Amino acid sequence: MYRRPQLVNAEQEQRRFRFRLRFAGAVAGLLFTVLLGRFVWLQLFQYDRYHALAENNRITLTPSPPARGTIYDRGGQVLAHNYAALTLEITPDRAGRLEETIDRLAELVEIDAMDRKRFRKLLSESKDFESIPIRVRLTDEEAARFAVNRYRFPGVEVKARLFRQYPMGDAFAHVVGYIGRINIKDEARLESEGRKANYRGTDHIGKSGVEESYEPLLHGRTGLAKVETDSGGRAVRVLSQTPSVAGNGLHLHLDARLQQIAADVFGPYRGALVALDPKNGGVLALVSKPGFDPNLFIDGIDVANWRALNDSPDRPLINRALRGIYPPGSTIKPFMALAGLELGYRRPGDSIADPGYFSLPGSSHRYRDWKKEGHGIVDLKKSVVVSCDTYYYRLAHEMGIQKMGEYLSRFGFGARTGIDLEGELAGLMPSPEWKKRRFNQPWWPGETVIAGIGQGYTLSTPLQLAVATMALANGGALYQPQLVRAWRDPVSGQVVHAQPKLLGRIDIRPEHLQLVRQSMVEVMLPGGTAAAAGAGAEYLFAGKTGTAQVKSIRQGERYDERRIAAHHRDHALFIAFAPADDPRIALAVMVENGGSGSGTAAPIARKVIDYWLLGKVPEALREGAADEGGEEEAHGAPAADERPGPVAARAPAGGTQPRGGSPNASAAPAPPAARPGGTRP
Amino acid sequence: MRLRHRLAKLFAHVDAPLMALLGLLLLASTATVYSASGASADKMVAHFTNLGIALGAMLLVSHIPPQRLMQFALPAYVLGVVLLFAVELVGDVVNGSQRWLNLGITRIQPSELMRLAVPMMLAWFLHYKQEVLSTRHYAAAALLLAVPVGFILKQPDLGTATLITASGFYVLFLGGLSWRIILGGAALGGAALPFAWGLLHDYQRQRVLTMLDPSSDPLGAGYHIIQSTIALGSGGFAGKGWLNGTQAHLDFLPERTTDFIFAVYSEEFGLIGAFLLLLLYGAIIMRGMMLASEAADTFGRLLAGAIVLTFFTYAFVNMGMVSGILPVVGVPLPLVSYGGTSMVSVLVGFGIVMSMATHKKLVKT
Repeated sequence: MYRRPQLVNAEQEQRRFRFRLRFAGAVAGLLFTVLLGRFVWLQLFQYDRYHALAENNRITLTPSPPARGTIYDRGGQVLAHNYAALTLEITPDRAGRLEETIDRLAELVEIDAMDRKRFRKLLSESKDFESIPIRVRLTDEEAARFAVNRYRFPGVEVKARLFRQYPMGDAFAHVVGYIGRINIKDEARLESEGRKANYRGTDHIGKSGVEESYEPLLHGRTGLAKVETDSGGRAVRVLSQTPSVAGNGLHLHLDARLQQIAADVFGPYRGALVALDPKNGGVLALVSKPGFDPNLFIDGIDVANWRALNDSPDRPLINRALRGIYPPGSTIKPFMALAGLELGYRRPGDSIADPGYFSLPGSSHRYRDWKKEGHGIVDLKKSVVVSCDTYYYRLAHEMGIQKMGEYLSRFGFGARTGIDLEGELAGLMPSPEWKKRRFNQPWWPGETVIAGIGQGYTLSTPLQLAVATMALANGGALYQPQLVRAWRDPVSGQVVHAQPKLLGRIDIRPEHLQLVRQSMVEVMLPGGTAAAAGAGAEYLFAGKTGTAQVKSIRQGERYDERRIAAHHRDHALFIAFAPADDPRIALAVMVENGGSGSGTAAPIARKVIDYWLLGKVPEALREGAADEGGEEEAHGAPAADERPGPVAARAPAGGTQPRGGSPNASAAPAPPAARPGGTRP
Repeated sequence: MRLRHRLAKLFAHVDAPLMALLGLLLLASTATVYSASGASADKMVAHFTNLGIALGAMLLVSHIPPQRLMQFALPAYVLGVVLLFAVELVGDVVNGSQRWLNLGITRIQPSELMRLAVPMMLAWFLHYKQEVLSTRHYAAAALLLAVPVGFILKQPDLGTATLITASGFYVLFLGGLSWRIILGGAALGGAALPFAWGLLHDYQRQRVLTMLDPSSDPLGAGYHIIQSTIALGSGGFAGKGWLNGTQAHLDFLPERTTDFIFAVYSEEFGLIGAFLLLLLYGAIIMRGMMLASEAADTFGRLLAGAIVLTFFTYAFVNMGMVSGILPVVGVPLPLVSYGGTSMVSVLVGFGIVMSMATHKKLVKT
């Protein structure tokens, strides 16, 4: 074989190896020389400078975290503030054996299993030279007991820290939100936004609500203290400091009392309410029920509480006002009526004869009205007042989905409102293009028909309904809903006012607007669907009821409230504004599984508006009597009392019902209705 | 007599000069760790445990003949890549990087394994193909290098990725990669630099920018560099003396027993100490190279040479970082920094070098 050439090769290879190794060695020597040069530069030529710096380096720079801004309601009521308290903290790399140190500390101050667990969690997320709390909120006595024994615990210190508190609790959790410890994800975000240096010494950051969306304003600027230390590294005195600048105080449009009343009048129901100021889009109340205690989250929620909140079928952590999407149901009708007038499909005087159903030309399928025998002769005003379905089936069919969608979109349906909170959902204003994209199926005419009464694919959040209602109330000004009204610079005392943001102005002919408003006023009067809730109102009250279906009822079956499981009952909807001649509040209420808009949602709106306009506090709340009777009873009682008018899109007396849509439409996948809440198929 | 015989056998594959130099370095390490930890007894116990384990591992590895070692190359490499892939899928995130694999009892960092597995694999590959070597094979070798490096970059761990790339490159370089490709590659790399800048994570860019101007970010990333250069510079010519470094003891230096231990060392021992340390590193590298040249076959030469050059790289990168001429990458000062993993992997490397030099060819033609 080729033994010889191989040997030659091997020799050649070895020679090359030796040469290359020497070459690499020479490069290494060169680089070491560079290092040596650097050392000579630093340690000989720059020695004086660094010597001086090192002497001064008895002085440490310690960051002093700023006080977080306070959050107030419109009247100055505190919604979130700070209080000072003592914490016991350990710096791991100075403390020696941690477990042993903690065991010995536990003899002095109370340290329970929860504290240890949280400490271990924080330890795994922190660097060894960072100070980590083992116990928060020390009592004075505990702090004193530790101080006496401090010499036994190197690396353990008592520090005064500011703690966040939410005095108003549950009803405000979804608006104000909460702060929590900065985690790795927050840290990465801060670093990428170049804000990390400003968070040295800060452990918490806004995690939800206003606390999250206004984080940059609330946090403030971290200060630097030059502290002289003794040889042990303990602070001797403060030499100079750039003081921290506290975060801005935030003033909300929200009215704390209104918010509390709105949350309370829900009673045992789940749901959401959004009340807006029609003059500028300010959010007067934003409720999502049930709420939760935001204070639980500040220092890391414990497992038991977290499970209880996260696994609860009531889903308290979801902000239903912005993230709950429901078919708007009959609350869409005033907007449809306006579309019909403005786009020229209806004149104010036009009437139709309602036989109790509508059929597409050439089809025998009947889209039934909720009233089996029909409403007789129906003009536009009456169609709103009695919530006539047939009228809108027909109007929708004439307009077509394209024009309908275009017009309703002007009121903000199908798009995020841009409220100053994170996580808002956009809802859905369907179109043939959307359906093609989403399901790769054509649009059926029957789908347009049921879209006319706010069923089918159309989805909106309670916030979107409130915004659309606001635009109706103020004559077409679509404001971006805003929680924050102003903020106050703590140093200069200067107040910056948030300007109302106009998203769009809808031109509506005054006589059309007047007609639709008048019809909504009559909804609340005898003969209207919400007459019971409107009875005796001392102001002009405009409203519209609606129902969002949870469970579809097969053709030929009937919806029987008593026989249907509580969580399959319809969601009750109601939109309103008042006083109708000069609106000062516009709102939308959604009551999950509330049954009928008139029975559960409208009375809630009535109480909220009564308080806002007249200062009337509901009787039940003054007694503090929250109904504990369970959903069945709670629902039954007011409904029987007030004899609610029938609600739209409901078949109270047998017959087929548009709940599956037309035969055409029923071939399509079921629309994703009403996600949050205990609605499981 | 018997005992002596046994001892002689135990140390048969240990190179005495190299061992003596390593011993000096470990002595310096022990003194500095003692000072940097604030004379912590706990730390010293842990340090000596690490030393014991690492020296034991070195001794053990020195007995493994190169032929046997060669058999480990492929399995170790494949295992490493599989583990890196697993990290990508299910790894734990610590300090923002996904580097650890939780095995239930213990967590491992597969990128550590790759520090030796990659040069072993490449050396084995070039050895295996030595008779037919062509550009094609170098390209294949480069691919073998790129796969694990890609995974590690994604974790992200720029420091380890760079050093593994370096160790792989050393094998290719010593294995005869043509100068034309090396120079061409360097030119191409220079041209691609702005492009690579775009691929870096923000924190990595920040580190490079901070190195150029530490004062721009005194509370953030610049803090490390400012503090370590102050410690270094204030050491002066003769140093402040052992246990008398003010900077280290006043908690100004973060990670002072690990990545920044050189700042403590040169504050206390001054320019003289730093110079002696460089000399010691230089001597170890020289002796290592001599041993590498004595290796019996291509695999041994390439692997031993690459290990020695990688050792140099670690030392250079760490001292360059601490003295502020290289960006901050998390690289310990080899055999001086406190820490078991690094200690074991470096001494196992030298165990391999010793084995290569002392196991002569069984058949000589």
